[in-house]
Amino acid sequence: MLGVVIANSLLLLFVCWELVGLASYLLIGFWIHRPSAAAAAKKAFITTRIGDIGFFLAILWLYGRSGTLLFYDGGNGALEKAGLVSLGASATFVALLIFCGAVGKSGQFPLHVWLPDAMEGPTPVSALIHAATMVAAGVFLVARVYPIFSSGAINGVTAPLTVVVWIGVVTALISALIALAQADIKRILAYSTVSQLGLMMVSLGVGGVAAGIMHLLAHGFFKALLFLGSGSIIHGCHEEQDIRRMGGLRGLMPVTFLTYAIGMMALSGVPLFFSGAWTKEEILHATSLWSPSRVPHYLMLAGVVLTALYMTRQMVYVFFGERRAAAQHAHESPPVMTGPLVVLAFCAIIFSVVLTPAWPWLHDYLSGERAHYDLSQLIQPGLYLALALVALGIGLGVLFYRGSGASDPLEHAQPALFRFLANRMWLDEFYDGTILLFARFAARLSDFLDRYFWDGLVRLFAGIGQLFAGLTKSFDERAINAGVNDATGAARGLGRVLSGWQSGQVQTYLSAIALGMLALLLFYAWLT
Amino acid sequence: MAHLITGLIFLPILGALFVGALPRLLARAVALGCSFMTALLAGAMWYHFDASAVGLQMVQRHVWIPAIGAQGLLGADGLSLLLVLLTSLVFPFAFFAGRMSRGFYVLMLVMQAALYGTFTAQNFILWFLFYEMSLIPAFLLIKVWGGEKRDRAATKFFLYTFLGSVAMLLSFLGIYFVRGTFDFAELTALGKGGLLTGNLRWFAFAGIFLGLAVKVPLFPFHTWLPDAYEAAPTGTAMVLTGILSKMGVYGFIRLLLPLFPNEIRIVGPWLLGLAVCSIVFASLAAWAQSDLKRMVAYLSVNHLGYCMLGLFAITATSTAPVAEVQAALSGVFLQIFNHGLTAAALFYFVGLLEERRGTRGLNDFGGLMQRTPLLCGWMSVAMFSSLGLPGLNGFVGEFLIFKGSFALAAGYTALAVLGLLITAIVFLRAMQFLFSGPLAESCATFPDLRLDEKWVVVPVALLMFAVGIFPQFILNLFNSTVVQMTRLLG
Repeated sequence: MLGVVIANSLLLLFVCWELVGLASYLLIGFWIHRPSAAAAAKKAFITTRIGDIGFFLAILWLYGRSGTLLFYDGGNGALEKAGLVSLGASATFVALLIFCGAVGKSGQFPLHVWLPDAMEGPTPVSALIHAATMVAAGVFLVARVYPIFSSGAINGVTAPLTVVVWIGVVTALISALIALAQADIKRILAYSTVSQLGLMMVSLGVGGVAAGIMHLLAHGFFKALLFLGSGSIIHGCHEEQDIRRMGGLRGLMPVTFLTYAIGMMALSGVPLFFSGAWTKEEILHATSLWSPSRVPHYLMLAGVVLTALYMTRQMVYVFFGERRAAAQHAHESPPVMTGPLVVLAFCAIIFSVVLTPAWPWLHDYLSGERAHYDLSQLIQPGLYLALALVALGIGLGVLFYRGSGASDPLEHAQPALFRFLANRMWLDEFYDGTILLFARFAARLSDFLDRYFWDGLVRLFAGIGQLFAGLTKSFDERAINAGVNDATGAARGLGRVLSGWQSGQVQTYLSAIALGMLALLLFYAWLT
Repeated sequence: MAHLITGLIFLPILGALFVGALPRLLARAVALGCSFMTALLAGAMWYHFDASAVGLQMVQRHVWIPAIGAQGLLGADGLSLLLVLLTSLVFPFAFFAGRMSRGFYVLMLVMQAALYGTFTAQNFILWFLFYEMSLIPAFLLIKVWGGEKRDRAATKFFLYTFLGSVAMLLSFLGIYFVRGTFDFAELTALGKGGLLTGNLRWFAFAGIFLGLAVKVPLFPFHTWLPDAYEAAPTGTAMVLTGILSKMGVYGFIRLLLPLFPNEIRIVGPWLLGLAVCSIVFASLAAWAQSDLKRMVAYLSVNHLGYCMLGLFAITATSTAPVAEVQAALSGVFLQIFNHGLTAAALFYFVGLLEERRGTRGLNDFGGLMQRTPLLCGWMSVAMFSSLGLPGLNGFVGEFLIFKGSFALAAGYTALAVLGLLITAIVFLRAMQFLFSGPLAESCATFPDLRLDEKWVVVPVALLMFAVGIFPQFILNLFNSTVVQMTRLLG
């Protein structure tokens, strides 16, 4: 992952990118005796590899066009002016193909399906892969090669960037909705990750590169916090992952509760003191400025509400209300687990200072401007809006889920919709039924054709050869050989007859001579 | 230094005589000793080889049968040396795979000698002699020491390949009657201006193409391969896939491309199509296999398809940029080496599993990672190398091929990239079946890698890493040969 970040060449980046994928494959499949872990690991590797095929083609294309894969090379790099000029109109396709790779790695729709399954891995792995490294690589990649995406931009809008925006919007909304109906604590967080990554993509797409990357950093802290917190909860509840079987853990696991609450507020975007808020607000600001359409902006506002809603749902289920089955004998985790939580919670708060618009040095560092100190930036209309939306989300969450017990109010109100979301919109089943089915069929067909058609042709040729051989043989035996046989047979018969005459008996010879003489005398008499 | 090549060819034959004459128990030791000595000779050849020089080196020219243009002409350029080194590497590796009877080692050594001859002969008659000399031991090895269905597989293998050889021989006779020479270098020089005219050139082209396409094999001439590899004993399968299949690729590079550059350009799109079919259909068919050996056999077709893609892409356009042609050619050369190493290793591992379990179906195993972590770990290295993971050898060759051929034939290459995806699916599926899940009862008593097996596996795997990380030491071997061939084809 460090290699991905510091690589100055697309090839080197790709090499490290694949190695990150390998590491994630091995880590997801860490519990080797579990068939589901093996299946999830395979799914993760193959799904990301589908995207990587596009990325690989992009590399080939870029290399063929600009002759270099170095990003920056003293004016000759692929991302510098000369490189982009030589790329010309194909920049659009290259960018889209690169985005394929990012879609796979960062779990964007429609290749996001591997990410929730990847929860089969140990929780620290989830924290690492789904917070800091692997999934971030896709967002980082788009930001890294941003000049290709924005090459030939009119008003900051290009075709690839528009695709990025819409894919991001769809991903963010769909996965936030799905998260609302999940019961597995880690799966909720996984979908939340997908959703947040979608948000980052939107930010990159609308031109808010700095905001997107800042959100990536902030997200790294609080999502790692949430994942490790969920690990602590799961550990405390004796390997129980179903939030409907928890409840009232607030008193039993105070440290986990407090840190988790901080993480939740950061993720939801509670303003002023939590890191997620500033970046989210900035992303919303960026989307509002996007010229082609205002729709992403409104959808992202809805996304903010949804985020707050599903996080509140999770909090209420896990930490409030009565203690259900798995919570009966729950206990706080040892310091070795709570320690990192405290550190990460601290970071999630402190990072808000770094990100504060009052002194936006990081933002300006990323966007290449000079930082300036301005306290008035703290209070903006956007802030009120964000505050209102988050409050709405949390308020709704508390209202809905408070005292709901183990049952889900949404399930009561809209059972069909809930089932649709709980089953992840049946996307896995859809892929199984279409693409995978087709691919498996193609594999069987290839095998079948090989065994019967292509090999059949070979056997047909062999058969023709054998037929020809058989014909030759029978021609030999019946026609040629038969003639020879007849001739020899006739000669032998003649010999036998003639040898009969050579009997060696004087009587026969004498009688033959006598007969001859008689015949001669008769002949002579007839003549005269 | 010129006698190094002669030594390489005669040493294995001497070894075969020794194996035959000495007691049964010593057979494997003598064969191994002999192959180590040839490896030393090959190393000496590498040491004395001047990588920067253009053209053939260590040339030996003897009068043989002047009446028919046969000449004892041996020599090596970068490509020959690469294949000689590969042969010297794979044979000892194959001897380590299982203990066989005396006749097996005799035939294997004869085949080794024939292969050295094939890769260094520079006159058609001599080349053809060695080419056929390798075929007969392979036939016998499959027929006598093979598994189930060995008779059928061996006969099919022999007749199919032999048919191709006959077609090739006829073509070369045709060429000889018109041009009066069998010397590769002379024929190459004539090739550019058109070796033959009229219909004869197409007959000659088709004959040579058929012979080589069957040998590689190129889709749809590949159906002998899964049967033959499946039936062959492990050591023979390693040599078949590691080296014998390279004879076909070598033939394409040494004969068809230089002799018929104009003809190949005309049918280029069709050939590219066949290469893409090789890549995609073979990997799909591999997906559908439940027998491990058959699966690896199909992936062999797939990987050689990349070689063919690179070669045909070079000839696809008449004004190919030099850099791209060089990239594709280097990629093909490297892929020859990488595939030889990796596919042989995969067959070796399948052999280890078969030896422990008695069968080799995907469903016969399960949860091996819990019982034999070392075996699984090192086998994974070979598998990841084969599916083209960066950092291992497979990626470098494939990247160069794709880089070159994408610029020359973008559409075909884009389709061929699908092969990379399907290969990954095939291997990950195999890993899921073999390594993970609950431990299968039938595998509960498996021993992990034994010491002697470790001594084989680890160096080979390290070599994969070495080529993957610093491919330059292999690329240097044939750099000037690539440059020379590019100039020839450009």
